[in-house]
Amino acid sequence: MRSALLLLLLASPAAASPPGASSCSGCHGAPGGAVPSLAGQSAEDIAASLTAFRTGARPATVMTRIAKGFSDEESRAIAEWIAGGGQ
Amino acid sequence: MTTIVRRAVLAGLAAAALPRPALAQGAHGRVVVVGGGFGGATAARVLHRAGVAVTLVEPAETYWACPFSNEVIAGLRPLSAQAFGYDGLRASGVIVARTKAAAIDGAAGRVRLADGSTLDYDRLILSPGIALRFDALPGYDAAAAERMPHAWKAGAQTDLLARQLAAMPDNGTVVLSVPANPYRCPPGPYERASLIAYFLKTRKPRAKLIVLDAKDTFSKQKLFEQAWKALYPGILDYVPLASGGQVTAVDPGAMTVATDFETYKADVACIIPPQRAAPIAAAAGVADRSGWCPIDPVTFESRLVPRIHVVGDAAIAGAMPKSAFAANAQAKVCAEAVIDLLAGRVPEPPKLINTCYSLVAPGYGISVAGVYRPDKGVLADVEGAGGTSPVDSPDTVRRQEAAYAEDWYRTITHAVFG
Repeated sequence: MRSALLLLLLASPAAASPPGASSCSGCHGAPGGAVPSLAGQSAEDIAASLTAFRTGARPATVMTRIAKGFSDEESRAIAEWIAGGGQ
Repeated sequence: MTTIVRRAVLAGLAAAALPRPALAQGAHGRVVVVGGGFGGATAARVLHRAGVAVTLVEPAETYWACPFSNEVIAGLRPLSAQAFGYDGLRASGVIVARTKAAAIDGAAGRVRLADGSTLDYDRLILSPGIALRFDALPGYDAAAAERMPHAWKAGAQTDLLARQLAAMPDNGTVVLSVPANPYRCPPGPYERASLIAYFLKTRKPRAKLIVLDAKDTFSKQKLFEQAWKALYPGILDYVPLASGGQVTAVDPGAMTVATDFETYKADVACIIPPQRAAPIAAAAGVADRSGWCPIDPVTFESRLVPRIHVVGDAAIAGAMPKSAFAANAQAKVCAEAVIDLLAGRVPEPPKLINTCYSLVAPGYGISVAGVYRPDKGVLADVEGAGGTSPVDSPDTVRRQEAAYAEDWYRTITHAVFG
């Protein structure tokens, strides 16, 4: 039952994105482009990047401005959703 | 996270418990999407992926994308790079009705199509884009647009303006007029001015560009002005409202553009007129006296007609600008809200992001970004977030943002139409 539920979770992210998460795929897409792909990144890595962008620890042109719009909790929820297959 | 897990499990269980046809007719309801641009095509994809019975109504077989069309005008890329079809959506299973929505009966929940057939809906997502207002500027109508292209809907108009520029005398004058807010793509006219100036600088260095603006301030202004000063001195002459920049009439026969202060003779005139939501919005009763469509910032449901949702350029989305990125982001949030509403759930307040790049020259990109949330009935900026590229950025950052712009276009068009 647990694995069945997990499959269902992965199959149905559409109605369950946390605030802001669904906007990310506006830029982050296929591998090989100038904008890094998020595919295969862990929730921990994505959340850590968002925090680093927000604090300025990781320089960037666009993401520093966007990450400031999200709290730690929101960033974590976005990261988990994307790492779980949300798009 | 508890809520998210609960929602996903419920959605998944529902999907597993019902065969798809029953699901389509049953609890998940019927959704019609009108308009196959960045907003509508995105909404149709999200709904279909969630198992909702959705029909996308779009008469055109080719969608001509406006982002990057300024590069086409300046001869930097072919028009074919702007063309997208609907085979990708069809292949993924989305039903595309290749016809025009002739009328919408919001009370009955019914769309009448151009062939006389009808589509009943439980929820309608309207993403009709803009109409050029041919009643707003004396002398400028549909016929005038063939002499003085707006090129504000990509396709034939883009090509026309590009050909006019290429055929212009070497010492010619280009006049570009910019309307007051609101209109599609706030920084678009200034990107266009930049790239036309680049075209003149590299191909017709004795020619001039005069930009007549009905405003004094505009998106990414400091960045554009810095770039113009560095790249296009003596080529680009910017005339703001305060200096008499507002165009009051045009004469396509004489090829003149008039303001209260002066009449300009043009070899090429690009007139971007005032705009409003496309006519189907007013016909459906969702456009207000401004010509645009007020919406609820959580669900994008019309403030005027229940069960009709409006996304993209046609909507009044508070602080969120009319951009392709915004239309795509809004469509996702709206589609998810519609899925919730059909399932009897209350949609949670969203956050939305917009990112918008402009090219001022090849390899020189600038950007503005924003994060938005519902606040007091509108979409408002999240304080402390967003803003433009720093004015003092080194060339490496400009090159990087130009590369990001290219990559954004590739990614979003593939996600929406691919």
